[in-house]
Amino acid sequence: MITVVVNDVPRPTDDTETVAELLSNLPVPPRGVAVAVNGEVVRRADWPQHRLVDGDRVEVLTAVQGG
Amino acid sequence: MDDRFLLGGVEFSSRLILGTGGASSLHSLEQALVAGGTELVTVALRRIDPNTPAGLMDVLERCGVRVLPNTAGCFTAADAVRTAHLAREAFETDWVKLEVIGDDRTLLPDAVELLRAAERLVGDGFTVLPYTTDDPVLARRLADLGCAAVMPAGAPIGSGLGISNSHHIELIREAVSCPVILDAGIGTASDAARAMELGCDAVLLASAVTRAQDPAAMAAAMRHAVLGGRLAAKAGRIPVRRYALASTSAEGLPSW
Repeated sequence: MITVVVNDVPRPTDDTETVAELLSNLPVPPRGVAVAVNGEVVRRADWPQHRLVDGDRVEVLTAVQGG
Repeated sequence: MDDRFLLGGVEFSSRLILGTGGASSLHSLEQALVAGGTELVTVALRRIDPNTPAGLMDVLERCGVRVLPNTAGCFTAADAVRTAHLAREAFETDWVKLEVIGDDRTLLPDAVELLRAAERLVGDGFTVLPYTTDDPVLARRLADLGCAAVMPAGAPIGSGLGISNSHHIELIREAVSCPVILDAGIGTASDAARAMELGCDAVLLASAVTRAQDPAAMAAAMRHAVLGGRLAAKAGRIPVRRYALASTSAEGLPSW
């Protein structure tokens, strides 16, 4: 069992997962999504390979009205 | 009149840039975007929230507008740079409206952090459109760094105060060769027209439209104001005089 923290909420999972797998389990819109892990931007192309490890802090962001 | 607006190497026919913040619904936003005839629209990035209505990106796609992500809410250069990089991933654009706020009450830019962030982002290959103060020297420094435009505030964001220092906007126009976009403070159509008359290349506004009682009607007003102001700026206005200059000749007046 590992725990990653997604937008400040701890999220326990049975096994490590990739960023792409995490997103597929979250209510994310199909477009306009960005991810940072431990403060570092994870490029879209790297989502399928980037494996999350215990204690990772993940930010999942999306488009909102603004500016 | 063929008067296209070149920004970051892209040609726009509209000189009205709309922010999406403050709209009461996506439907009202879409109506305003259509009525304003805008081609460039700002958006922000925030944490996913199941309660946020989905579909913003669909609205923007239907309207055929280009997306300009902002870094609203950032108080340091580091935060703004990180947000710009996240926006590049989210929206697949290297354009960014760079906001580095210095103060919660006025939401005015922090000049020092803004310059730092602009330098980093220009170096990282971004097309940087910085929201700045109405300081002509700071505007020149941002232009010298390679920003694609400078976007001075007319007055604090959302204040509707209009343009508090017209003279500085004119000085900024003289100080830089890149586009000048009046950003923030616009309250009503005459403010937008005034910005264009002062020599600005475009106007960016959000609250004046999205928080108006009839956003679509105000967006249409802004479209006409920007066009009118631009035409007036190009038309060569008459000099201001202290006293009257008769428009009707006194020649041929009958004598009684």
